[in-house]
Amino acid sequence: VIGAEVVYRLAGVVVALVAVLDFQDRSNPRRHRNALFWGAYAIALFFGSNLPDAITGGLVIVVVASGTLGLGRGSPQTTPEEERRATARRWPYRLFVPALLVPLLTLVVSIGGKRLDVLIVAKDLSLVGLAFASVVALVCAVVSLRQPVAAPVRECQRLMNLMGWAAILPQMLAALGALFAAAGVGDQLAMLMGRVIPAQGYFVVVSAYTVGMALLTIVMGNAFAAFPVLTAAIGVPLLMRRFGGDPAAVAAIGMLSGFCGTLMTPMAANFNVVPAALLELPDKNGVIRAQIPTALILLLANTVLLYLLVRR
Amino acid sequence: MLTLLGVLVVVVGFALRVHPLLVVLLAAFVTGYTGGLDFVGITASIGKAFTANRFMSVAWLLVLPVVGTLERAGIKERAEVLVRSLRGATAGRILLAYFVLRQLAAAVGLTSLGGHAQMVRPLIAPMAEASAERALGPLTDTLRFHVRAHAAAADNIGLFFGEDVFIAIGSILLMKGFLSQMGIDVEPLDLARWALPTAGIALFVHGARLLRFDARLVQFLRRPPAADRRHLLRRGDDGETS
Repeated sequence: VIGAEVVYRLAGVVVALVAVLDFQDRSNPRRHRNALFWGAYAIALFFGSNLPDAITGGLVIVVVASGTLGLGRGSPQTTPEEERRATARRWPYRLFVPALLVPLLTLVVSIGGKRLDVLIVAKDLSLVGLAFASVVALVCAVVSLRQPVAAPVRECQRLMNLMGWAAILPQMLAALGALFAAAGVGDQLAMLMGRVIPAQGYFVVVSAYTVGMALLTIVMGNAFAAFPVLTAAIGVPLLMRRFGGDPAAVAAIGMLSGFCGTLMTPMAANFNVVPAALLELPDKNGVIRAQIPTALILLLANTVLLYLLVRR
Repeated sequence: MLTLLGVLVVVVGFALRVHPLLVVLLAAFVTGYTGGLDFVGITASIGKAFTANRFMSVAWLLVLPVVGTLERAGIKERAEVLVRSLRGATAGRILLAYFVLRQLAAAVGLTSLGGHAQMVRPLIAPMAEASAERALGPLTDTLRFHVRAHAAAADNIGLFFGEDVFIAIGSILLMKGFLSQMGIDVEPLDLARWALPTAGIALFVHGARLLRFDARLVQFLRRPPAADRRHLLRRGDDGETS
């Protein structure tokens, strides 16, 4: 049966290859530090379920230390722009096939795979689907575009070094979120909020819920973490019970207010920091900056909407 | 109250622009320490949480070899040529089309159509840049980064305010599960229905911003906004981390 573990091991192998290539890359002034960073991460990915947690934690410390000291970048062995233009002219449409295969095959597996529960673990369907789609698309790209067999790993090395430490930030933040949850940070915050917002007028309570949801999401990096906290503190007792708001409307608009917060925080690294790194923006908050106007208008709209809709 | 110290570390650390990885690790240690764990205990809890969240990176990591190989074969250059052959293609319209498609696809549950690694970097951003270049001539760095940032923004906003309209998405299931714990029963369909107004407003608001995008680029070229001028001046100190 194929599950997430297989996918993690595959990813571990890919990162390990990147570590080896970085180690051998004499054009990179910090090749040893890079190798340490990716190497320790590769071990944590591959053996995560087998190693004692304290060892994995130690690997995380190594990753963070080498990432914080600063990674280097060599001169990647890729094709010059002229050659790229030539292949683009030669295969004008073939080039897009692997690119479109990735989302399409992911879709096919995550929908069609439900019947294959002897083969794929049902809860890991979309992850397995993405991994499967990536492998098939990669083979298709290498064969149909006559790329050297070493190209995928070298190109992966190039892109991963472009991203550098930003590559592991989402996972680090998600781990921190889990630690926060285990320590009861959410309950503490809910208690605080409950004290700050006494029996106020309806509009104040509505705004406290929507704006609070966005603010808490900005701090926690994830609307899924903020939603239970504020819905338990304000949504259920005040908006639903005291003011008689429709639970579905309160919850749905509350969650969407949280999404407005997601658009404005570097804590949501996979949506905001990783793309900035992937697009080589010098300002890691560049994507957030582009999103803030829309996010603020939508937050205001949600507040007004909740005020008008639920009041009936 | 002490449990909130970790949150404080995060907020202060990010505000002071301390290295994000270091901030997160420190916050984890502070949270573990206030929870009464010793060094080994904290390290183990970090390791456990890190392992449990591997899916966060794997989701895009495995796409990188494909994207890199396609870039090596010239997919960006090809996307630029393609967009130049489309009459009437402008940066704003490309981003608008992508944004609308992304939101509609997410609204019917097709959240995997799109993404920063697989769509934005190899296709959408180069197409938007090439269209902007066709209209305005060679782009300054600020302008180029502005266009790229908006390509990523279109993906995020389309996804966030589309997916909640679909009943089987994670956030709907979370809401239903949480409310039923509190003794309140809601139908997924009702949750999805109440997500519709915001989805519509998002389509309208961000769509309107993208419709004005080309005109804004021209303005931008003539006189960069103060925030960006400040940012240009500051760019030197970011070298290591970027």
